[in-house]
Amino acid sequence: MQLYARRRLTNWLVIGLSVLATGFGLLWLVLVLSTLLINGIGAIGPSLFTEMTPPPGSSGGLLNAIAGSLAMTAIATLVGTPTGILAGTFLAEYSRGSRFGEVVRFVNDILLSAPSIIIGLFVYEAMVVRMGHFSAWAGAMALAIITVPVVVRTTEDMLRLVPTALREAAAALGAPKWKVIVMVTYRAAAQGMMTGMLLAVARISGETAPLLFTALNNQFWSSDLNGPMANLPVVIFQFAMSPYADWQVLAWGGALLITATILVLNITARVLAAWSSFKQ
Amino acid sequence: MTSPVARPLASAPDAPDRSSPLDAPSPQARRPLSTALAQRVPAPEEATAMAIPADKVEMRNISFFYGKFQALHNISLPLYDRRVTAFIGPSGCGKSTLLRILNRIYELYPGQVATGEVYLDGTNILAPGLDLNWLRAKIGMVFQKPTPFPMSIYDNIAFGIRLYERLPRSELDDRVESALRRAALWDEVKDKLRQSGLSLSGGQQQRLCIARAIAVEPEILLLDEPASALDPLSTQRIEELIAELKVDYCIAMVTHNMQQAARSSDYTAFLYLGELVEFDETERIFTHPKVRHTEDYITGRFG
Repeated sequence: MQLYARRRLTNWLVIGLSVLATGFGLLWLVLVLSTLLINGIGAIGPSLFTEMTPPPGSSGGLLNAIAGSLAMTAIATLVGTPTGILAGTFLAEYSRGSRFGEVVRFVNDILLSAPSIIIGLFVYEAMVVRMGHFSAWAGAMALAIITVPVVVRTTEDMLRLVPTALREAAAALGAPKWKVIVMVTYRAAAQGMMTGMLLAVARISGETAPLLFTALNNQFWSSDLNGPMANLPVVIFQFAMSPYADWQVLAWGGALLITATILVLNITARVLAAWSSFKQ
Repeated sequence: MTSPVARPLASAPDAPDRSSPLDAPSPQARRPLSTALAQRVPAPEEATAMAIPADKVEMRNISFFYGKFQALHNISLPLYDRRVTAFIGPSGCGKSTLLRILNRIYELYPGQVATGEVYLDGTNILAPGLDLNWLRAKIGMVFQKPTPFPMSIYDNIAFGIRLYERLPRSELDDRVESALRRAALWDEVKDKLRQSGLSLSGGQQQRLCIARAIAVEPEILLLDEPASALDPLSTQRIEELIAELKVDYCIAMVTHNMQQAARSSDYTAFLYLGELVEFDETERIFTHPKVRHTEDYITGRFG
């Protein structure tokens, strides 16, 4: 009985510590989110979505920054996702056990954890310096480079989860390998791959450092992808650092907007993942 | 239904009113007359063909290597047309490996090599340069675990057909229906052909896989423990199905279940540690095995 009592005590102790640790982690999250909500909610209004970033002292919105962020994220996704899916397919379906595949996987993992500012600097050197000016193209490329390793990784992981028996069954019917991949394996892994893509989009929609060196910023509306373009992260950075109260309010509003977007993307990804596991 | 048959040896997609599985298989019932005539010389030897079934597949000196490990040693074995041949033996004896040689599915994996010859109607299917699509159209396979594709029931069946033929919609519908009927699944799924194949029960999924295999109109069916993941009732349905299908196909089946081998097969091959110990009519194997080893295995004294 004494042994049982001791075990029960240990159990309570460990549960207590775990709850404490969880609470500690959640506390900061709640603090960050509540601060963001309290300060940012005031800035959310129609003008945020309809007016351009204002000069200090006058009212305005974030329309040009929102549009710029959307444009660059869209281009980055269009470039990065197909590249990532193809590379992930190569790793999962074609390079099994080969040395080259191992190297590619290793390099991809390094890229996955590379600080985004390094990628910003790389694109600065590779595009901005050579072209002689900042541009939305450079910003989109920097974001695409961040997208690729995320998509490669999730694509490979999801394809590996597809049972080999399924591939064999398709091959046994006489289907060539590319048809097996496109018509059977992709279909089986579709939801997971979709989730990976959404997570990649969520990841790049908040990136500041790579845009600082590439797309820079723009006070005005611009649809010229060859020139500097406004974007939410850099505007938030600039406005939050400024001494002007109305700029700071806009920065809070922008931060809340990005956070809400990422939240929605993450929830969508979760729902998709849950839906796929339910269907299996 | 009289679809223009794409491949000369393809059997009729629809097989109406077939004789009971217990009747002796008659060659004429098997295929449309024209193709049956084209395929074999109609002569008095038909009578003997009934008594001694024709060799459909002849394996000669088959050895198999997983890298350096030799899994099969010099196996020679016939598979008879319109008969079920069971491969039995303890785990790791190479019976699944032997099955996987027949449609060369092992070639998906580097480092797996088969040597020897396998003649299918006189063609060595292990010869390099052989058209694998042709081979796999002739030899269908069903796996241990049901492997429905993540698509609708209809598309599961149509997938294989579309690999070889471009058919108008109505004809494709007919082919899907006849395949499902032959796999004894039609009545259960006819109202939900658009639903996912994954929504079916395990036993239904396995019959879907059998329907998918026969939709391509193969001549040989390879069944790799087709019922081992199923409950007794589903197992019984699969066995009934095998009995019906053997009227038209040459069937090779791997099984761990002695009773199943005894019930469902006409010939049995007993393999042990990659060697063929004994091959004979199932009845003889299970009543008067020639080799002591076989007797010990089927009576459960080892294994």
